[in-house]
Amino acid sequence: MSVDFRTNEEPEALGGFAQPAAPTSHRLTRGQLVRRRFFRNRGAVIGLVVIGLLVLLALFGSYLLPWQYDQRDLGQYYKPPSGRHLFGTTQAGFDVLARTVRGLGKSLVIGFMVAVIQTTLAALIGSSAAYIGGWYEKAWLWVIDLMLVLPSFFLIAVVSQGGPKGTYAWLLLVVLLAAFGWQLSARVVRSLSMSVKEREYVAAARFMGLSTPRLLVRHIVPNIASMLIVDVCLGVGYAILGEAGLSYFGYGVQAPDTSLGTLIAEGAQSTTIAPWIFLAPAGVLVLLVMSVNALGDGLRDALDPSSMSGGQA
Amino acid sequence: MTVTGGRFTATGDVVLSVRNLHVTFPSEAGLVKAVRGLSFDLRAGETMAIVGESGSGKSVTSLAIMGLHPRAARISGSITLHGRELVGLSDAQMSSIRGEDLAMIFQDPLSALTPVYTIGDQIVEAIQTHHDVSRAAAWKRAVELLDLVGIPNPQLRVKSFPHEFSGGMRQRAMIAQAIANDPDVIIADEPTTALDVTIQAQVLDVLKTAQVETGAAVILITHDLGVVAGMSDRVTVMYAGRPVEQGSVDDIFYRPRMPYTIGLLGAVPRLDATGSEPLATLQGNPPSVVDLPPGCPFSPRCPLAHAGCRTTEPDLAGVGPDHVAACWESDRITREHLTSADIFPVESAGDVPPPDTTPRTERETVLSLENLSRHYPLMKGAVLRRRVGTVYAVDGIDLDLRRGETLGLVGESGCGKSTTLLEILNLHAPTDGRIVVFGKDTSTLGRREKKTMRRDLQVVFQDPMASLDPRMPIFDIIAEPLGVHGWSKGRTETRVMDLLRTVGLEPGHANRYPQHFSGGQRQRIGIARALALEPELIVLDEPVSALDVSIQAGVINLLEDLKKRLRLSYLFVAHDLAVIRHIADRVAVMYLGKIVEVGDIDEVYSRPSHPYTQALLSAIPIPDPTTERSRTRILLHGDLPSPANPPSGCTFRTRCPIFEGLDPEQRTPCLAAMPPLEVAPDGAPVTLAQALDPAEARPGGEDRPVGRDTPTDHLVACYYARPVKVL
Repeated sequence: MSVDFRTNEEPEALGGFAQPAAPTSHRLTRGQLVRRRFFRNRGAVIGLVVIGLLVLLALFGSYLLPWQYDQRDLGQYYKPPSGRHLFGTTQAGFDVLARTVRGLGKSLVIGFMVAVIQTTLAALIGSSAAYIGGWYEKAWLWVIDLMLVLPSFFLIAVVSQGGPKGTYAWLLLVVLLAAFGWQLSARVVRSLSMSVKEREYVAAARFMGLSTPRLLVRHIVPNIASMLIVDVCLGVGYAILGEAGLSYFGYGVQAPDTSLGTLIAEGAQSTTIAPWIFLAPAGVLVLLVMSVNALGDGLRDALDPSSMSGGQA
Repeated sequence: MTVTGGRFTATGDVVLSVRNLHVTFPSEAGLVKAVRGLSFDLRAGETMAIVGESGSGKSVTSLAIMGLHPRAARISGSITLHGRELVGLSDAQMSSIRGEDLAMIFQDPLSALTPVYTIGDQIVEAIQTHHDVSRAAAWKRAVELLDLVGIPNPQLRVKSFPHEFSGGMRQRAMIAQAIANDPDVIIADEPTTALDVTIQAQVLDVLKTAQVETGAAVILITHDLGVVAGMSDRVTVMYAGRPVEQGSVDDIFYRPRMPYTIGLLGAVPRLDATGSEPLATLQGNPPSVVDLPPGCPFSPRCPLAHAGCRTTEPDLAGVGPDHVAACWESDRITREHLTSADIFPVESAGDVPPPDTTPRTERETVLSLENLSRHYPLMKGAVLRRRVGTVYAVDGIDLDLRRGETLGLVGESGCGKSTTLLEILNLHAPTDGRIVVFGKDTSTLGRREKKTMRRDLQVVFQDPMASLDPRMPIFDIIAEPLGVHGWSKGRTETRVMDLLRTVGLEPGHANRYPQHFSGGQRQRIGIARALALEPELIVLDEPVSALDVSIQAGVINLLEDLKKRLRLSYLFVAHDLAVIRHIADRVAVMYLGKIVEVGDIDEVYSRPSHPYTQALLSAIPIPDPTTERSRTRILLHGDLPSPANPPSGCTFRTRCPIFEGLDPEQRTPCLAAMPPLEVAPDGAPVTLAQALDPAEARPGGEDRPVGRDTPTDHLVACYYARPVKVL
């Protein structure tokens, strides 16, 4: 009973794998397939490249730039962009470019760490609550609801003030931002998982003898991946802005260290007289968030076999 | 409201005429030519069936006639109703015709009725939209209509909401709404596909009554050839958007001239066929109607195709009086009297080991259910939840399955057959009774033993799309059970490729996602996954009911072939008794969580002894117009009672045709207790008419064979059991 025929669906199906003539000689793994599909999306690739450049800039920028973020150019206060200071200087005579690069690095680290941690928490807690159900689910829902009504901003402010000081104090900020950031997503993940859980392929996997953790990771989480990826991307933006808000009130990243949020807060006070102080970090922030979103869209389409990333018919 | 006026057609006049209808949709992939050149005339009082597989354009045709096609669609050709051209009318103009002259009955009555209005409101709305009558008069008419379609207590039920009706009742209400304005044409789009066979028989009966009552012409769109044989006068077979054969129902069933029609008829498992010859299989899938290659669209699947077929598409040409077919080879088919067996030779599967001749009783029991029960608590209240009742989903069943055997489990939806499967697969302790798989009681198994048992016990689900994770390439799907049992990468790779070949798929397609495959291929993937660990027992939950006829036959043949080659045992759950007859060795009939009849397949089908089995068998339409016209049916009344509140005594008595005819004294045993499963009575089967005659009824006790010559395991649970010849 061989099924050897050419239906008209074939071109579309084959288009995704770009080898219409001969059947695949080698098998591609799931990861390879996703990568292929991702690199077809131009916007996502641009986003990835921009993020890569921003990361490189944050990492090595300080070695290339003439000024350091904590280095004052005495006498050069509120200077507009010039050859000496590419993006101008601040009220205290710091180089805006150097500070933006420094702030970018901190914001990137905080933003990505918080987003990834909170989405991972949301995915694990939400999906396991939905799948296991019973008291486990009830307990988590209770925790989520409780944490949602707590005034998280003040709690973070109080705890981060009382916490340890020093170079790595911002790590506590990451933990706190993530700890108060996953609840809403977890609720969404839970309701999405509830419907995925009812699918027959989940039953099939269970009857195969798959353990609960593996079942969650292999079958439930990938099927809500679109939502998770969007969540990470939004999370990066929110975390950067949340950190900025805290920093503005003096609870976040402490001077002399800086972040994009801190810089924007500083620049906002003098927008009318020295807009460049505000524009440089704000511009970088917009570029960063847009790139992250483009990357997120691309990943979502690459993971979703029904999207158009399968190539053109 | 104004244009329609009185009827100006007498019986036999052409009401609706369709000429050279083309419907084209835009899509991302290109133009979808959904209908390509359909023509027919429909006469008053006539029923025309449009038959075809999914994607053949039959539903699009009905939407185009109703003017309900998407706005983006382009329609050309002509549709005339009483000589009035409908193509090109505005939506407002069509609205005055829809519901008045043209009525439609949809497949899914739950989504076709508005949930927030009562049934009565919706029928009244249909009447008042087209006629200037008072609300009171319209209500009166609504009650009459519900009475006509056989809804009990219409005065009361007219105030019910759609969710308070069962599926069959909703479909009746839809029919009532459709005939409210005495339409000239009723389009029924798969009206019984979502219903159980006994309910299907009721609804088809109502549809016939409605047609007689209104004198309307009916367009019946269906894929069920049995329904076509019983209901229609003329048939149009569609393939890839084109009519490929048109003629009277007898012409199509007895003198088909187009290979597709012939293959379709040969691919249907028949309820009245003995033996298990492989079914005719049409290789491949229906083409997509985007960018059709030139030539006959059926040629890639047609064994008679020659070079000419691939270049020029044949037009419909006369092959008999009032009978047209679109095939270059129709002359040859006529001349040589080619049948499906000649055109679609069944491939021999190769090295099939000789069948196991060990008598059944000496074979190992792979699965045995002893008094298996599964009751679910019925809870109420959001904060303080309390138990308000019990759902008796499965209520004490005994079954056993021997090695190399296929046991069919049949019954209407809600009878507990799927719960039974889940109980077996869960490997937990049931509410009551025991499940013994390969000689081990499942309630005593430890974690590791369960895992070992899962290797030998696999499952194939109904919906091949839902049971395959859409995010995984099929290689990973098939490899998953191997991963659970710790196979190495290299071994897994070879095994998966072997499996793909075994189930008839291209190993080169291992990279593709499930959505790149058609329904039949997806089900083959599901079967490959079930076979991965070389199981001994496979549990199949309606594995072919979601597939088109031509695809279904291929999957059934594959399952039979695998069973023979790998010596598998199947527990096969289905509602289609024809499929069961084809594939099963033994059959068990379930009703409300209990087994009412069980036995050897030929024995049960030729001598059904329980009135429920008899009703099921008589309700299934047979794809043979002559047989279908001459059959008597047992129409069961009402719906399946709720398993939360089963009737006392014999659970079937509320719908039992025999019980109905009994006098109070004879009814005593039925009211007192559920009859036990006992050996079926001996003797020659009686006719259906005799069986329903109350004077003939007598307790089965005297008939029970005490010293029957051959030991039989045909068991039946009825006090008045007697074998009846249904087929």
